[in-house]
Amino acid sequence: MTRNDLVIRVAGEAGEGIVSTGQLLTQAALRGGFHVLTYSQPPSEIKGGHAFFQIRLNAYRAYSKGDSVDILLAFNQEAYDRNAAETKDDGLLVYDPSEVTPSADSHFVQVEFPLNDIAKNQLKFPIAKNVVAVGALAELFDLPTKHLDSLIEEKWLRKGEAVVQKNLDALRAGIDYVIEHVPQRDRFALYPEKSHAGEIMVSGSEAIGLGAVAAGCSFMAGYPITPASDIKEFLEIHLPKTGGHALQAEDELAAIGMVLGASYAGAKAMTATSGPGFSLMIEMLGLAAMAELPCVIVDAQRAGPSTGMPTRHEQGDLYQAAFAGHGECPRIVLAPTSVRDCFYQTVNAFNLAEKYQTPVILLGDTLLNVRSESIPRPNLNEVKVVDRLLFSENGNGAASEVGTMNGEYNRYVLTDDGVSPMSIPGQEGGQYIATGLEHNEEGLHRYDEATHTIMTQKRFRKLERASLEAPEGDRFGDPEAEIGILTWGSTVGSVIEVIRQAEEDGLKLDMLAPRMLMPLPDHEIRPFIESKRVVIIPEVNYVGQFANMITSQYPREYVRINIFGGMPFRVDWLLEKIREEVAQHV
Amino acid sequence: MSSVVTAEKRKVADYKGDERPTWCPGCGDFGVLNAVFKALSDHDFDPKNVIVVSGIGCSSRLPFFTNAYGFHTVHGRAMPVAAGIRAVQPDMPVLAMGGDGDAFAIGVGHLVHAIRRNLNICYVVMDNAVYGLTKGQTSPTAERGLATKATPQGASDPAVNPLLLALATGCTFVARGFSSKPKELADLIARGIAHPGFAFIDTYSPCPTFNTVNTFKYYRDATEDLPDDFDPSDFSNALHYAASEDPLYLGLYYQNAEQPTFEDHIKNNKPEATSDAMTVVEDLFDQMS
Repeated sequence: MTRNDLVIRVAGEAGEGIVSTGQLLTQAALRGGFHVLTYSQPPSEIKGGHAFFQIRLNAYRAYSKGDSVDILLAFNQEAYDRNAAETKDDGLLVYDPSEVTPSADSHFVQVEFPLNDIAKNQLKFPIAKNVVAVGALAELFDLPTKHLDSLIEEKWLRKGEAVVQKNLDALRAGIDYVIEHVPQRDRFALYPEKSHAGEIMVSGSEAIGLGAVAAGCSFMAGYPITPASDIKEFLEIHLPKTGGHALQAEDELAAIGMVLGASYAGAKAMTATSGPGFSLMIEMLGLAAMAELPCVIVDAQRAGPSTGMPTRHEQGDLYQAAFAGHGECPRIVLAPTSVRDCFYQTVNAFNLAEKYQTPVILLGDTLLNVRSESIPRPNLNEVKVVDRLLFSENGNGAASEVGTMNGEYNRYVLTDDGVSPMSIPGQEGGQYIATGLEHNEEGLHRYDEATHTIMTQKRFRKLERASLEAPEGDRFGDPEAEIGILTWGSTVGSVIEVIRQAEEDGLKLDMLAPRMLMPLPDHEIRPFIESKRVVIIPEVNYVGQFANMITSQYPREYVRINIFGGMPFRVDWLLEKIREEVAQHV
Repeated sequence: MSSVVTAEKRKVADYKGDERPTWCPGCGDFGVLNAVFKALSDHDFDPKNVIVVSGIGCSSRLPFFTNAYGFHTVHGRAMPVAAGIRAVQPDMPVLAMGGDGDAFAIGVGHLVHAIRRNLNICYVVMDNAVYGLTKGQTSPTAERGLATKATPQGASDPAVNPLLLALATGCTFVARGFSSKPKELADLIARGIAHPGFAFIDTYSPCPTFNTVNTFKYYRDATEDLPDDFDPSDFSNALHYAASEDPLYLGLYYQNAEQPTFEDHIKNNKPEATSDAMTVVEDLFDQMS
């Protein structure tokens, strides 16, 4: 049987080059035509500590990180101790005998790989240890060496030919070692069935940053927080190229404040944070909704309340995204379902924010933001960018007719869809006061019953329209199947693989993952639910936040599957669980 | 709120908004509002090019009474909102207005950082040592022991000295005004707007309703203009005068117009030639393949 899937994990002490080893191998595999999906676990401690970088190679396309490991490269004893259990019984353990002593009853194929010795004594180039490891791992799955050769040249050319040659020698030493010492290595050989050449390798955070630039974002303010900091750092480097700017504020309150100031001044603006930071932003989420200022807030969810587990995964912020804030505070919530989708949903988030002059929250998570994946290069000609409706002082076009009453501009004029033309400072006759106070059409604060009633309706009317324009939900599986899986966000990856495996065994499943979670797009959820005999809702949280939202709007019996340990769903576990539930309910 | 465009210099009345002030009769904020109109007219700004940002409180209602673009934000957050505006519209003057609760209690964290950034705005704090909108609790600038109707037990903590706070955090323009001296105050505000960097003007603006101690008379007796030969480029001297409790000096304590601003940093951070967004994204895609 030809292998079409392989999971490689490199584990060791943080700072030992785990990540650089993984990244080099990842990029080489991408060029080799594989679909590549990475997963890493940074250490929880500040200095040192155990870390790993995992690469899943697939001949077609993978959707989740991979349940268990085929090849484990352990740099030290802790790396072996912690990761051996997740390695398949017929997996391969590669370890440095000077650092690791495998347990006596270990059942893997074990290969001693004196990495330190090769780098230090044979090559006289100790820091090349990681390149030696890359050569060895690449040889195991039979990656043509030209991909690595060219990468090494690109990476080290700046440092001179001699350095390039030393690294090429290191690569060769790793390859040679594997050829001489690894038995039955052809069982790990993997050949891409479908070339993924031309794809790009991005993390979810980078995809969000790219989507923001493509959507026309020109201002970003953030505050460092795991796992969202990468978005800020990406935009700090790349936004200035378009004339925009990204900066680090003194806290999350300031970050969202700056975003609203920038939006008021005419910019497409965003911030990115995780749950704890988003908690601090709730105050001004209300201001954004009340003053009707477009803005995009990325919440890359992490695990647990309070500080929780900053480096772990959970889908625990759906309630916060959908409902947080005092009073009744309209907002749109979008949830991308893959790394690729992070790009497109970020564009959609800006488009919806600008069109409906409302805050849009984009729910990422540790799994999506941190992992890198090869994705088809987006065709920018197909990316539609929407700008806000502007008040026109010259009376040309619909905008001014709508925005003007008795010859005066009214910022919050009532309209059918609730959207009022916005003016930008500097526009003649467009002066108005943005305020969090309840206000009339002119923008002047008023507390009478009629004003609050009419203006509340206006703000929510925008959401009704927006739900009709929700980005299409993610569908996978057999539309005729009686068993439906309703899910959201990054759990989609595991569910797609579950559906594929189930189908091989004759169990037909159908999935819908709405990409808009607030408001819920009724036109896609209702028919899905009504057409299924059983609806299963898997999500990574304790209370079943999505399931509760669905139950309150579409009352019936649902099968809930929840895990909340800080890790995403394992495909084999979820499949088994679904089988059990189906057996009980059908 | 249509602006008046004439060949002549604009008048104070051109900056009056459609809304009448909601302040109590005798409130110090009326004097500050007039000083703002005067300062704007001294600069002859077109109202469509002026942005007034405020927080929450009696004094923060000021944008509603002014013909300009305005942003009445939330309590304590005027500074970050102003920074966001300036990042996008660096050529438009931004005036930030608010009270002492806004500036020195809930918003003090942001104030310190706006000062550090040398954000190029003029921030006028209308300081009356009490919270008026919530009916008279003492604020961080209340002297310890100040008793009010809502704080009958008296303020428990010593007062913040706003000028020392601003000087210690590196503020490049530090002044103190008094609402019953609108001409001098207008001059300070006009200079603050012209200052390239963060201009901070703590302004005594008595609350006749809730603070029966720090009245107009109190401040008239307690204040004195800085000496004629006072040199605002001398930082140590500014500290010395700012620390004085008797008298309380009025005027410009310190100015340093040579420091780079927040806006300078943003401008210098951009390449000389920028590209359109899609070109930048395509280039990044190339690098990622």
